[in-house]
Amino acid sequence: MRIPDSIVPAPLRRPAKPGEGGNDKGQAPADLKTSPPERPSDVQRVSDRAKEAPADVLAWVDQRAGASGFLTGMLYRKVPKGTNWFYTLGSATLFAFIVQAVTGVFLAMFYTPSPTQAYASIAHINNDVFLGQFVHGMHKWGASVMVILIFLHMGRTFFFGAYKYPRELNWVIGVVLLILTMMMALTGYLLPFDQRSFWASIVAINLTGTGPVVGPYLADFLRAGAELGGTTLARFYAIHMLLIPGAIIALIGAHLYLVVKLGTTAPPWVRAGKPKAAAPVSQLDAGTEGNGASPAR
Amino acid sequence: MKPADKQAYLEEYEILKKKGKPFFPYAVLKDSTMALIVVGVIVLLSILLGAEQGPKADPTSTTYVPRPEWYFYFLFELLRVIKPPELVPIATVGIPTICMVLLFLLPFYDRNPERRPERRPIATTVGCLTIVAMAYLTYLGATGGSPTEIEMKVAPQYEAGKEVVAGAGCLACHKIGENGNNGPGPDLTHIAQRVPRAAIVRSVQIGPGIMPSYRDLPPRKLDELANFLSSLD
Repeated sequence: MRIPDSIVPAPLRRPAKPGEGGNDKGQAPADLKTSPPERPSDVQRVSDRAKEAPADVLAWVDQRAGASGFLTGMLYRKVPKGTNWFYTLGSATLFAFIVQAVTGVFLAMFYTPSPTQAYASIAHINNDVFLGQFVHGMHKWGASVMVILIFLHMGRTFFFGAYKYPRELNWVIGVVLLILTMMMALTGYLLPFDQRSFWASIVAINLTGTGPVVGPYLADFLRAGAELGGTTLARFYAIHMLLIPGAIIALIGAHLYLVVKLGTTAPPWVRAGKPKAAAPVSQLDAGTEGNGASPAR
Repeated sequence: MKPADKQAYLEEYEILKKKGKPFFPYAVLKDSTMALIVVGVIVLLSILLGAEQGPKADPTSTTYVPRPEWYFYFLFELLRVIKPPELVPIATVGIPTICMVLLFLLPFYDRNPERRPERRPIATTVGCLTIVAMAYLTYLGATGGSPTEIEMKVAPQYEAGKEVVAGAGCLACHKIGENGNNGPGPDLTHIAQRVPRAAIVRSVQIGPGIMPSYRDLPPRKLDELANFLSSLD
């Protein structure tokens, strides 16, 4: 970026390039003479420069990151014929997760994971903090919405046979994401530390304890002591807002990478089909071709 | 899936993809619309239902109802379907674990190249049955109330104990007469026939199996509770 000439002392100004403009030998720069030639004002030049700044910055980043090719490929990749509203369930689940992450960050600013203060800090969020109960409610109900959406998304994948070759790995990642989401729901349930969550968590831990081989150890790990108390709460809090979200974000990244790499499926009843001319005219008249749905059984 | 099937799928998919529309803006428009609906629903639920706090957690209290969030009802209800104590681990961990493993390995044992649901009768039927079963268990969990009242007629000296049992939330897991949920815990209507008074007291204090411990119950209340339960024959 060039500094405007008017704020640079004359002797320090950049000399004109050979052969263009410039001054005769021994002459002062033009703008020091009594009638300077027409040139864009400095305000004009700065604003011109500023207009290009975003493009310059992007170009600078892109030269180093090389992201534009990837982004163009991702945005303008073709989704197959027949893609319908069922295919929005995955991104809707992702969006519900983003809502949970954002509201969760704001809740964490006011929440105290200590058995003596947790309940009071939730009461503080609900009653004193600006929009506190609204954000708390969004987090609470967003969990239900996310669980519903992830099951719907899995149902779509199952009934459309979308888990089959070559997308088996993405199904496996999705199942792990489902389990992690349920674990988020379980660990988050204790945090308000009211009667309901306290006793439900005890039952949940006891249930874990009845499992074979690792059950009792897992239950001991979750309970973090002989009884459910402050350590348990802190442990659930750390699992709920550090451990599992990290794993979920990483796996969502892998999930999306595979979606972009392999492409989304077409609905199973949509066929590439033969050229339309091959179909009998009577069929076309009857409209059985529909919007390109399978002509041949 | 044979290599030929894989090849056929990839070729078919290539054509379908060529005939498709670009992700931006067509799919992005649908996705963003859906995202707006999702946020709208969450905001609406938050405004309408809020996030009320229950009473503060109190380990010494005896009035509580251990209820999970609604989307765990189907797991919770499994415990009521499967009653014998020696089978409880099967309900709590066995069935969920088996289901999870089956879900996890789905693409590896379902190797049928067919994708249309109506041409995969087994997969589609099993899928539908699973949904029906989960919906039914969730419905049971939602309607299986947590009453805190026992209508059974008892002799006056046992009234106090009946109140303790009702207030302590035993009915969330046990059936007594016409009230309470028949499971996960055993039916207590005729508990005195099977279990002596001392064992009842011990169970309440220890909390065997998945049952929470009531060791903080005041001795007088425990005494009344035991009197009432050991009168049920």
